[in-house]
Amino acid sequence: MIEILVNGKPVRVAFGTTVAAAILMAGEVVFRRSVRGEARGPLCGIGICFECCVTIDGLPNQRSCQVPCRDGAEVVTAC
Amino acid sequence: MKDSLACEIVVVGAGPAGLAAACTAAGRTRSVAIVDGNTAPGGQIWRGEVRMPGIDRARISQVRLLSDTLVVDCPGDHSLLAVQGDRAVEIRYEKLILATGARERFLPFPGWTLPTVVGTGGLQAIVKGGMRIAGKRVVIAGSGPLLLAVAAYLCRQGARIAMIAEQAPRSAVFRFARTVARSPRKLLQSISLMQSLTGTPYRTGCWPIEAVEGAVTLSRGGKTWSEPCDYLACGFGLVPNTELAALLGCVLQDGFVAVDTCQQTTQPGVFCAGEPTGIGGVEPAIVEGRIAGYCATGRMDEAARLFPERDRGNRFRRALEEAFRLRPELAGLTGPDTIVCRCEDVTFARIAKHGNWRAIKLQTRCGMGPCQGRVCGPAVEFLLGIPPDSVRPPIFPVPVGLLSEDL
Repeated sequence: MIEILVNGKPVRVAFGTTVAAAILMAGEVVFRRSVRGEARGPLCGIGICFECCVTIDGLPNQRSCQVPCRDGAEVVTAC
Repeated sequence: MKDSLACEIVVVGAGPAGLAAACTAAGRTRSVAIVDGNTAPGGQIWRGEVRMPGIDRARISQVRLLSDTLVVDCPGDHSLLAVQGDRAVEIRYEKLILATGARERFLPFPGWTLPTVVGTGGLQAIVKGGMRIAGKRVVIAGSGPLLLAVAAYLCRQGARIAMIAEQAPRSAVFRFARTVARSPRKLLQSISLMQSLTGTPYRTGCWPIEAVEGAVTLSRGGKTWSEPCDYLACGFGLVPNTELAALLGCVLQDGFVAVDTCQQTTQPGVFCAGEPTGIGGVEPAIVEGRIAGYCATGRMDEAARLFPERDRGNRFRRALEEAFRLRPELAGLTGPDTIVCRCEDVTFARIAKHGNWRAIKLQTRCGMGPCQGRVCGPAVEFLLGIPPDSVRPPIFPVPVGLLSEDL
């Protein structure tokens, strides 16, 4: 198991878990806010729709469905 | 400095078609590379799976695999530009095989942008990515055999599938089932699917008309009702990924990449296999991949032996298209205030005023966000009959620093 922080909250996940899956398991629903401020979450799951973009280790606009969790990673979603 | 790589045969995409093409080509030349955007080979269909039936595993080890690598441009003759993490890679080839697969088609209806509305394949991919779905109530809606495959997978993971809503009419689905029953392998697949779905309601001629938090309103035979769910998984068939083919100048026909009997596109030396030439799943993709692999390495005789199998695959593709054709009523689900372009939040009313893509883009920014029209493009085509008309590099968003390295 590895541990990542989702909005400051520790989440333990199996190795190979994607950041998107970890965010959902942390109980978060909103991944990003659209240009009009709507709540959005993953749609395609395969890296083409960009709806699951979050900030990972300070780097914004990362497609969370395509990034495997790294131990100690800090993930920040929109609120 | 950019990294660079040169191979005789370069395959784009490591799904069934790409793996079959690369393994076949590797039987003749040691200089084969696969470039793939995912973390591991297998494409969408074999995501997270060890078994890849029909693929010569021993040969994969002879192929150079570049994972997490997105092709974004074709800057010169026989050359691709790809992005791998924070590095740019120039990939040079003698022959190119495109096996870029397909994505789900999403149709806009009120509530489809809610975070709890996910693609069917999308939800499966996220669960394969480690999300726990056990105990969650899921409604699966849309069209095509993928609905059943995803339902069976989610069931095995402990989800409660409240309903599978298939928009196609019962008669068409039954006709398709009879076609499938003629192929022993497909019949076995269907039987095992049905066994894992015992007790799950499968409704034909049924589709979602509105999603709200915690429920979806479904419509069937003029009746509507609300079905409670934690997630609505929704996808209306598949659309081919043709962006790279179009950028290379390959002719598209009715949205698919046009190929000759050798799987060669209208650009000499550029081959294409699998979903971009016709939606039909794993079996047609593998046989086309093998034909492309043989032909790209000059072995037409061996390729020709596979033509009857490819013909069978093409018949299956036609039956699939016929059975799960989208009903025109689905276009009526999109209201004037329904968002069509999710990247730029553009509503249907704003798009419907324009008669071509250029005007739509210039006036509304629809299709100009990070997905580059991959989601809204097929939706606009279905709603207004306007097919996407141009592709420009980079075909995936890249950090501008990578493109400016040479300046």
